[in-house]
Amino acid sequence: MDPELIKDCVHCGFCLPTCPTYVLWGEEMDSPRGRIQLMDQHVHGTPVTDEMAGHLDACLGCMACVTACPSGVRYDRLIEQTRAVVEEEHTRTPEERAVRAMVFALFPYRRRLRAMRLPMALSKRLQPLLERANPTLGAMAELAPPAARPVRLPPVVRARRRRRATVGLLTGCVQGEFFPQVNAATARVLALEGCDVVIPPRQGCCGALSLHSGREAEAKRFAMRTIATFERAGVDTVVVNAAGCGSSMKDYAEVLKDEPGWSGRADALAVRDLAEFLVELGPVAERHPLPVSVAYHDACHLAHAQGVRSQPRELLGGIPGLDLREIAESAICCGSAGTYNLFQPVAARELGDRKAERVLATGADLLVSANPGCTMQIAAATRRAGKGEIRVAHTAEVLDAALRGLSPQTLGWVTEDAG
Amino acid sequence: MSTLQRLTARLSEILDQDSVITDPVRLRTYDCDGLTYHRATPGVVVLAESAEQIAAVVRLCDEYGVPFVARGSGTGLSGGALPRTDGVLIVTSRMRRILEIDIPNRRAVVEPGVTNLAITEAVRDQGHYYAPDPSSQQICSIGGNVAENSGGAHCLKYGFTVNHVVGVELVTPQGEIVELSDRDPGYDLLGAFIGSEGTLGIATKITVRLSRTPEAVTTVLAAFTGIEGGGRAVSAIIGAGIVPAAIEMMDALAIEAAEAAVHCGYPEGAGAVLVVELDGPHAEVDHQFAAVERICRETGAFEIRVAASAEERAAIWKGRKSAFAAVGRISPAYIVQDGVVPRTALPEVLAGIDRLQEEFGIRVANVFHAGDGNLHPLVLFDDAVPGQGERAETVSGRILDLCIEHGGSITGEHGVGVDKSRYMPRMFSEEDLDTMQLVRCAFDPKGLSNPGKVFPTPRLCGEVPGVRRGVHPLVESGAAEQF
Repeated sequence: MDPELIKDCVHCGFCLPTCPTYVLWGEEMDSPRGRIQLMDQHVHGTPVTDEMAGHLDACLGCMACVTACPSGVRYDRLIEQTRAVVEEEHTRTPEERAVRAMVFALFPYRRRLRAMRLPMALSKRLQPLLERANPTLGAMAELAPPAARPVRLPPVVRARRRRRATVGLLTGCVQGEFFPQVNAATARVLALEGCDVVIPPRQGCCGALSLHSGREAEAKRFAMRTIATFERAGVDTVVVNAAGCGSSMKDYAEVLKDEPGWSGRADALAVRDLAEFLVELGPVAERHPLPVSVAYHDACHLAHAQGVRSQPRELLGGIPGLDLREIAESAICCGSAGTYNLFQPVAARELGDRKAERVLATGADLLVSANPGCTMQIAAATRRAGKGEIRVAHTAEVLDAALRGLSPQTLGWVTEDAG
Repeated sequence: MSTLQRLTARLSEILDQDSVITDPVRLRTYDCDGLTYHRATPGVVVLAESAEQIAAVVRLCDEYGVPFVARGSGTGLSGGALPRTDGVLIVTSRMRRILEIDIPNRRAVVEPGVTNLAITEAVRDQGHYYAPDPSSQQICSIGGNVAENSGGAHCLKYGFTVNHVVGVELVTPQGEIVELSDRDPGYDLLGAFIGSEGTLGIATKITVRLSRTPEAVTTVLAAFTGIEGGGRAVSAIIGAGIVPAAIEMMDALAIEAAEAAVHCGYPEGAGAVLVVELDGPHAEVDHQFAAVERICRETGAFEIRVAASAEERAAIWKGRKSAFAAVGRISPAYIVQDGVVPRTALPEVLAGIDRLQEEFGIRVANVFHAGDGNLHPLVLFDDAVPGQGERAETVSGRILDLCIEHGGSITGEHGVGVDKSRYMPRMFSEEDLDTMQLVRCAFDPKGLSNPGKVFPTPRLCGEVPGVRRGVHPLVESGAAEQF
């Protein structure tokens, strides 16, 4: 933990109302300002106690505080450094260790995820049993979306009309396995907007889950592998449609700063979120009317970590007939936050319920978000709320439907059906 | 076992386990409020959820003679919520329910931990708002606002917290729950309580007045080459009989900080900017705007911008409202000062601050509520440079001297707290302070409610420093009576 970064905090408290755990519990040690104070204690010699680790683990890493901070405190950097220290110095209980080992041995690996899809779908019925055995297993069973039909993507999708760019597409682990239709939609939208889309078939995990959980060495390994993969693909830009992945890839230079040669290679890799990229590129394809009301959810790793807020709204708002609605408290995290809803299921569930209530209050037909984690989390929460259904989709799927003139009925999966 | 430990052991009778903090690592996160210069780790922290809980905790404090301090969001800038190492810190951040909204009577009843802005957000759709707007309004709590009689940019026209709170339920330092209202006959006890900085009890329920959202709002940003032009404009605007909703001024250094933090895009080359907000019926606002624009031009504004939309208005305000914390971008450390001078003395006082900067080699950024002469000099220093902190302290104190010399005050809205108690004797005579102590002792004879704040030394409420028990000396001698 860099003491210079800690010193930037002037303790003004502007971060408090944006912090999900402060919103839930109203206590200082579960706020960004309080956690920075804990880091400061550690820097000044206090060991990582169980209490300290608990409050640091309880941080979602949503980065809403980074957006809110007038002093420019790099809490994102601080919490990443801190998580690594906690991993190193704090001894977790055997049960916690086992659950963590399972999650990190599963999620970053697509083939293992694929093998788990059927058992996870079946586990829905066993959810209460799993919940009793271990809350993380219970949460996994509850969150799993309905098994999607596998979609095989070609290694290259050629641009329709004049080629304007050559881009690489990161397919992601969870996105790729649970939401393959999102990747297919992304590739089609990019091609219709004049991009050659290169989809390296054997791309691995980008390292987001490891990076955001303090597993530094693992994160570096994934980062290097991903950089090498897209260098070989020979693309101008890597387009990412999962917010968590995009934000970690944009941090590669920082992650690899101590690895000779890699920091420069990381810098040279242009990474853009899909919405960000499409707005920069400018629309050329015709948008057909899509009469549907949409509640747009800001994924934290898109809005706070990447500052991408206006672009998805601009893209959705540009579709004729689409009625775009804002969700109250949009800056507050839904509780998904990478692995958070697996490791901190109680807090995550409370935040999910809070978000679901506000999403349903919009009365929209469709919830749109650009992160698979948020999508699963909010879907599970609206299901729990049991008050009316809302279909969920990714920005790419909505654009795809508008570009291809599909009916809004084809969009999204219904949360009720997922059970 | 110490007294505090005995008391702590009994807290479990009142509160859940997770509402009492005794772990040293956790306690440290409560060691200061928005003023980090003063720190003290509280003996124990209580996260209260109801007035009854607070009353019960205070009764225990009374029983054991243990001091207690109330804390809301911990954003105060005078160390008013600085904990006692030998005492209980009672935190109201979990009491954040809006209990009642009564639009026809323009009232809302809220718990003390509700944030200032949350009140406005709850009634905005119904065409109302809560008028006082401290710069920290998105997080500062209404209980803290009551304790400090907080102000804000718009207090020039609409008044301070005291003008917008019509009733308070409070826990007295003996642990009784009582209600005070502006309709009570006799002494204005509500008026005495608001701004008492936690020394007369803890507010547990607050009834605020709601105001109608004005029909029209025009926000003007005028850029001047130097602070003098801005100062002349302020005097001329007020002199013309216009009472804007707000007149705010920032100097070059404050602008630099705000630009670095929020990219507010103020006119380039501005040595000072003036933010003038006019509100009211359309006709009145249009008329006043024409006058303000003319005055700004006459006093040397080189660029005048008018916010045409809510977004543009928010952009202008963003620079101003983030200014304090934004200074963190241009300086490792700083002291936020709060003083008041008569508007007419502004130029002289600012010149005096300039001289202090030169004399001590310390930079001062100026942000102020120019309309009512409330200065917020930000004294910048680097705590890594030996001696700079002390020099900054000296400059900060000298600025208050300047304010007093020119007939002003040592605080406009941040309160005295622990930070300015030592300056109280520069403004008040011993008799003045003794009289104030009498008021305090009428509420808090044992001196347990936020002791060590406001008053320089516990002169009357205990002739020796520390917690006083027994009858007040003045009462004992028959010179005063306690009610």
